[in-house]
Amino acid sequence: MEEISVINIKEALIQHFHDNMQFIGKVDSPRIADIRQQAIATFSELGFPDIKQEKWRNTDLSKVLERSYSFSATPQPQNVNVDELFKCEVPGFDTQSVTVLNGWYMNGGKMLTTLANGMVVGSLRAAFEAFPELIEKHYAMYADHKIHGLSALNTAMAMDGVFIYVPDNVVAEKPLQMVSVINMNEDSMIQLRNLVILGKNSKLTLVQCDDSIDDHRSFINTVSEFYLADNAHLDHYKLQNKNDRSTLINSSWFHLERSANLSSNGISLNGGFIRNESYATLAGSGSHADLLGLYLMDRNQHIDNQIFVDHASPDCTSNEQFKGILDDHASGVFNGHILVRKDAQRTNAYQNNKNILISDKAVIDTKPFLEIYADDVKCSHGATIGQLDEQAMFYLRSRGISYENARMLLMYAFAAEIVNKISIEQLRNRIDDLVKKRLRGELSICDQCVLHCNAQEQRVAFKIDMSRI
Amino acid sequence: MEKDPKNIIDEVTQSEYKYGFFTDIEMDTAPKGLNEDIIRFISLKKNEPQWLLEFRLDAYRKWLGMTEPTWAHLHHPPINYQDIIYYAAPKRKKELSSLDEVDPELLDTFKKLGISLEEQKRLSGVAVDAVIDSVSVKTTFSDTLEKKGILFCSFSDAVQKYPDLVKQYMGSVVPSDDNYFAALNSAVFTDGSFCYIPKGVRCPVELSTYFRINAANTGQFERTLIIGDEGSYVSYMEGCTAPMRDENQLHAAIVEIIALKDAQVKYSTVQNWYPGNKKGEGGIYNFVTKRGICKGNNSKISWTQVETGSAITWKYPSVVLMGDNSVGEFYSVAVTNNYQQADTGSKMIHLGKNTKSTIISKGISAGYSNNSYRGLVKMTKRAENSRNFSQCDSLLLGDKCGAHTWPYIKTENKSSIVEHEATTSKISDDQLYYCNQRGISTENAIGLIVNGYAREVLKQLPMEFAVEAQKLLAVSLEGSVG
Repeated sequence: MEEISVINIKEALIQHFHDNMQFIGKVDSPRIADIRQQAIATFSELGFPDIKQEKWRNTDLSKVLERSYSFSATPQPQNVNVDELFKCEVPGFDTQSVTVLNGWYMNGGKMLTTLANGMVVGSLRAAFEAFPELIEKHYAMYADHKIHGLSALNTAMAMDGVFIYVPDNVVAEKPLQMVSVINMNEDSMIQLRNLVILGKNSKLTLVQCDDSIDDHRSFINTVSEFYLADNAHLDHYKLQNKNDRSTLINSSWFHLERSANLSSNGISLNGGFIRNESYATLAGSGSHADLLGLYLMDRNQHIDNQIFVDHASPDCTSNEQFKGILDDHASGVFNGHILVRKDAQRTNAYQNNKNILISDKAVIDTKPFLEIYADDVKCSHGATIGQLDEQAMFYLRSRGISYENARMLLMYAFAAEIVNKISIEQLRNRIDDLVKKRLRGELSICDQCVLHCNAQEQRVAFKIDMSRI
Repeated sequence: MEKDPKNIIDEVTQSEYKYGFFTDIEMDTAPKGLNEDIIRFISLKKNEPQWLLEFRLDAYRKWLGMTEPTWAHLHHPPINYQDIIYYAAPKRKKELSSLDEVDPELLDTFKKLGISLEEQKRLSGVAVDAVIDSVSVKTTFSDTLEKKGILFCSFSDAVQKYPDLVKQYMGSVVPSDDNYFAALNSAVFTDGSFCYIPKGVRCPVELSTYFRINAANTGQFERTLIIGDEGSYVSYMEGCTAPMRDENQLHAAIVEIIALKDAQVKYSTVQNWYPGNKKGEGGIYNFVTKRGICKGNNSKISWTQVETGSAITWKYPSVVLMGDNSVGEFYSVAVTNNYQQADTGSKMIHLGKNTKSTIISKGISAGYSNNSYRGLVKMTKRAENSRNFSQCDSLLLGDKCGAHTWPYIKTENKSSIVEHEATTSKISDDQLYYCNQRGISTENAIGLIVNGYAREVLKQLPMEFAVEAQKLLAVSLEGSVG
């Protein structure tokens, strides 16, 4: 493979942008076209984030960027049936499902679907033309492309993704599942952009899945914007189960209006290099955000959770809880930031990060950070790194439970605090199951998978048994 | 009649800095500015050996290549390093052997500060090394200490008398290129205290250094070096004040502590540099590097600080826990009022096995001030079975101030346990109501709550200091509050 330095990737991307400007910005409104230009300028100024930046000091992209990636501006012809390519492994999970393949919305050629209740689900690119008003009002209004180079890159280059619009007073009965899969014959870099708009008093359960179905390297840079109007309610799940060679940058920007309620739950079971960024702006008074996360990492995997909660209005509450178990050479980063602005009185914010290290080679960096400018607040944070509770262990062992079983039980209990908060029963059971398997050392995706991408020498061509994936 | 709590908090901000007087002593100063010649001048003035001059010049050259750190949550106009006098000393007529010979003006200064320079205060049993502006003026009790083999003198004296010890340990904990301000200090430091406790000796008295900036336009750059040899024990105290001036003055100090096997060093600070006036004009810029190393097994270093002064505080007393079973402690109360800014905390670097550290930090912010805790706890691979507990609480008095917490935690082994907790709150109406209901006025209740809040740290201070610290809390915050 040809070695390409980080600088070259950057230059190549900028070149690619200018060369394909016609296609990339084909459906842009003047405002969006302007934002793209600003974003590419920001990207050429900032480049890719490096470890000299405070928020990236423990997440080093340079190794990942040493590889070469292909990036194409047009969707590659995919005559595949997405449903055959990817099968959701949650049994009995009744969802409305949409798929994004290699960064392009796929739904058998139908780009925008209006459901019976008035909800619109479809391709973002199609929505640019079909719903210009909504796009003008919300697109690129919440995500700050200046925050780092990757965000700028996405803003400049992203062409498609999922667009969801839930009109006022509509309650979506079925959970909506957004699956992003990569099936490329080469190592690719993909920019994906999602926009989710929830009208007043509406309610949506959204499951965002990131999966790999092949063993190619991929670099996915996703930016998702979520707008929650007054009293809207969003249940958001992020399930990440990628191959060990994938890089996933996932930034979610939530904007909450008055009395809106957000529950975001990120479960990272497998993935080579994951960085989740969640930014929640509590813009309306009385809004509430729950940001939860669970990560179970091993081998050389790296997980980075960056959480920023901006209390911009009074009487809001937020709750952050992240838990992780790290084994082998895995490394984890937690960077929480609660900002309470001057007038955000009567804020109640909580932040917690708990970690268990199973191996001596695993590393965890945690930084729960509070920045407070209002006085009538209750803010607390906590972080622990350690092992299982010795007293609890003693209690179990004194009742005749073997060390191994007791250890498993306690680790499971550790993870259960997050898993139990999943409100969809089938999903909860499945995650529960995966966590158990994971803790027993039966690695979730890779060990079940027939591809054995970690053991390269064994790669032989054979028919894939779809039922096992 | 019961006063409105709002008024009480306002009243709290009324109290004035009471150490703001200026003493007119004849001074010996260097010209303003910083260059190699000034460093040679300082070195010459102090009659230093060649190696020390080299050390200074080396640090200066490193400093030239460094940039001022900007990561702290502090805002101040750029410091003009050429507009500072780097050497200012009370004119010394001759060697002093008894207090009678000390400049009466100077004695008066220390009397006002309430420092036991005088023999009669012998009863309080504190050995004091007083550093005014840049130079140590008087060290009491040195004879008594010498009998025990304890070396306690000004840094300049130590360079002359015990060059081997100074050479061996100076810069071993805080290297001259450790950070921008440490490099500056290493280049231009003028004096400070030196202390060596020999093997197995338990220092019978509290050792104390009193720092005072007096002259205008001067920076104070002192250096403290404390060496606890095997099995020794010492409790060391540091206090500081400065006159009220409209311009900002720079203070960049270094404190190095070395604890060898089984040694224990306890370092307490009551920092009360002039914080500036109510509009945020003037005050000391306090950029201090304090670090201790638990070099031997079973050693212990404990930092206790009460920070009430300075316009800007930039200070992170740290402990490197190198020896197995060593212990590091950090207790801090930081009070900021008006436009004061504090960015302070601690670093605990665990290198040895079974090492333990505790961080208790209490921040109180009032007025327009910003008070930040910034800390690092690092468990390296070798530091098996190590333990850290950190607690960082912030109390907000008033809605214009800020309180921030930046804890960095890094763990590289599986057997260590790190716990961190932090809370931020104001004095709740419930607490006040509870007190009121029991006949305690709002005024007294606030006093009670603030004192109770800081108590965990104050109780760590040596008795002599605890009294001063409590008074300082009263001055800085409580106003009419008891």
